[in-house]
Amino acid sequence: MMRIETHPILETFEKGRLIHFTFDGKDMTGYEGEPIAEALHAAGVMVHRYTTRRHEPRGMFCAIGRCTDCVMVVNGKPNTRTCITPLEEGMVVETQYGNGRKEEAEW
Amino acid sequence: MVKHYDLIVVGAGPAGLSAAIKAAECGMQVIVFDENHRPGGQLFKQIHKFFGSKEHKAKIRGIRIGEELLAEAEKAGVEVSLDSIVLGLFNLKGVSVMRNDQIEHFRGDNVIIATGASENVIPFEGWTLPGVIGAGAAQTMMNLHGVMPGKRILMVGSGNVGLVVSFQLLQAGCEVAAVIDAAPRIGGYGVHAAKVARTGVPFLLSHTVVKAEGTDHVTGVVIAQVDDHFRPIPGTEKHFDVDIICMAVGLSPMSQLTRMAGCKMVDNGGAVPEINEYGETSIPGIFVAGDVAGIEEASSAMITGRIAALGAARRGGFLQEEDFQTQYRQCLDSLNQLRQGMFCKLNKGRRDITETDEGYPLSMSLLTKGYMTEEELAAIPTVDSHDCGIHPVIECTQNIPCNPCQEACRFGCISVGENITRLPGVVPGSKCTGCGMCVANCPGQAIFLVNENYEEGFAAVTLPYEFLPVPQKGDQGMALDRSGKPVCDAEVISVKTSKSFDHTMLLTMKIPAEFAGKARFYKPEKEGK
Amino acid sequence: MKEYLDRTMDIGPYVPEPDDDLIICRCEEITRGEIRKAIHEGMFTMTEVKRYLRTGMGLCQGQTCGRLVKQILEQELSKRITPEAENTARAPMRPIPMSTYGKEVE
Repeated sequence: MMRIETHPILETFEKGRLIHFTFDGKDMTGYEGEPIAEALHAAGVMVHRYTTRRHEPRGMFCAIGRCTDCVMVVNGKPNTRTCITPLEEGMVVETQYGNGRKEEAEW
Repeated sequence: MVKHYDLIVVGAGPAGLSAAIKAAECGMQVIVFDENHRPGGQLFKQIHKFFGSKEHKAKIRGIRIGEELLAEAEKAGVEVSLDSIVLGLFNLKGVSVMRNDQIEHFRGDNVIIATGASENVIPFEGWTLPGVIGAGAAQTMMNLHGVMPGKRILMVGSGNVGLVVSFQLLQAGCEVAAVIDAAPRIGGYGVHAAKVARTGVPFLLSHTVVKAEGTDHVTGVVIAQVDDHFRPIPGTEKHFDVDIICMAVGLSPMSQLTRMAGCKMVDNGGAVPEINEYGETSIPGIFVAGDVAGIEEASSAMITGRIAALGAARRGGFLQEEDFQTQYRQCLDSLNQLRQGMFCKLNKGRRDITETDEGYPLSMSLLTKGYMTEEELAAIPTVDSHDCGIHPVIECTQNIPCNPCQEACRFGCISVGENITRLPGVVPGSKCTGCGMCVANCPGQAIFLVNENYEEGFAAVTLPYEFLPVPQKGDQGMALDRSGKPVCDAEVISVKTSKSFDHTMLLTMKIPAEFAGKARFYKPEKEGK
Repeated sequence: MKEYLDRTMDIGPYVPEPDDDLIICRCEEITRGEIRKAIHEGMFTMTEVKRYLRTGMGLCQGQTCGRLVKQILEQELSKRITPEAENTARAPMRPIPMSTYGKEVE
């Protein structure tokens, strides 16, 4: 479990309600409003996408929306920066292959 | 339609907010744009207590400073526009902003760019693997969102960011396998290094990452010692099982907007705009504040923010020359206090400094291993007064701009003096009551209360403690020395908390008297467990 | 700036190095070797390398690799890259959807 339940300085973390979303078809839970990437990381998901040229895995790198390494297909929309996009109930989150969904990958 | 403001500030971090507050107080109509969902910049990730003196908000945690700034901004009537991405700055001080999925245009009589810095990276084999992250990412995950970056982390970089984030990782419940740095000396404050080292985290200087291991994400790391040209020396490789490799290898000014506007740029650890003493660039009315003008600390960013605001207010006719000069002088004095000591910009990276301003030898062990030897401590007379009974031991041995200890003691036992970079020392003839305020207020967690004669054959050591679970009176554990090595059994005899300590607990442990000079940390478990 | 435009400057031939396979531009997946080769083929400024290889033209707009490309240029040319020779800063500063770019508030 990667969630910090209690913290010596911050005590607890204010979170939205617990909601469901899917990651590559699998049912997952996370807190409403937290970045998608944080919910995934807490659930142990490290790989967000595979690159176009070398087909290499990438995940969260800067966590503030700068590096764009954490982009995924969210509700059908590719190149969504998951580290700054708030999680919503019922979101469909998919690993990105190149510039789109797995079915659309040209390899 | 172009909306008009007396002042447009880009960036709602410590520099931008301070600038906006000051300008609004001068009567300017101000708007602050920030691309993030929350204001405060990096302040809300800084859960440690800041250095400096009272006027620099020393001994207050970054998060609280952020809250204070937001309250002041609201009071001053500053309009803070969040989720607002500044896309362009043009030479007539036009600012294009994307918010609510639309583009809006603004024009400011004055513009202050306070966009801060971006993290540097170093490439190595496997550095694109998931699990290799920036130090800022680690802070965002654990301090904003309550998610541990990993179970076991290698920290790359021993500057203040690397040291502070390593400590925060420990507080979040992660293990830090080691702190490494290609440089031969620890880059950050010795006190920051010491609080990490005493928990048992090893420091490996003159080491670099050879490769990150793993197929889909990081499962380990290989590091190696480097030669004088920073090349790995074959045969010195070491392996660590880690799931996260965290990079804290410096920051670069985010100066693109000033470049876009056409400001004259110069080289200062990256391209930065050329500025005058008020932060004004070559384009009149475009100012910069904070890290954009060159990397410093949040404390100085707040002051350069205010200085830029004063410049803008004078330019806009909101401040008379005399008022301007008075306020500017105050800011400058305050800034100059922070720009002193062995870690200031001027002395950065210097390897030839071997003694303190007072002429005491600098600890080489502190600079390479993160902790001082007893011999080194003994050579610095300000550390221990050797008074009988309970007394402070001040393991603050580098000239850094900081003096909360002096104010913390109501009994006047500790003195730093006018120049806040001087080493604190115990005032001869003063009497310590053992209240522990100095221990709780030292931002570097470098002060301990020691009573060699607590009981027959036993000493008591009081130390600052910021970890969970909260130890209880009567708990049996072990005492660690400055390097994090267990030295003896320890019994917790008191744990004090107070609102004024702000989550720093004062843990007093009873240990055999002969370890009074060695034991500096408490681990809530027995050896061998 | 003038000296970067001196195309007669001899920097010697491209010689492969062991870490040439390192990714430098994470977005466009450009390696150190590709950048070094480009420099030896005559790309002496950051803009030239960018237009030749697309370094810094991906989603992050060179925010991650800019400094690294500059360091490689400095190494290969044995010259300090002055601010004038860095990439041009242009609006938009951040990636934005074209649909948004076309929507100006009246």
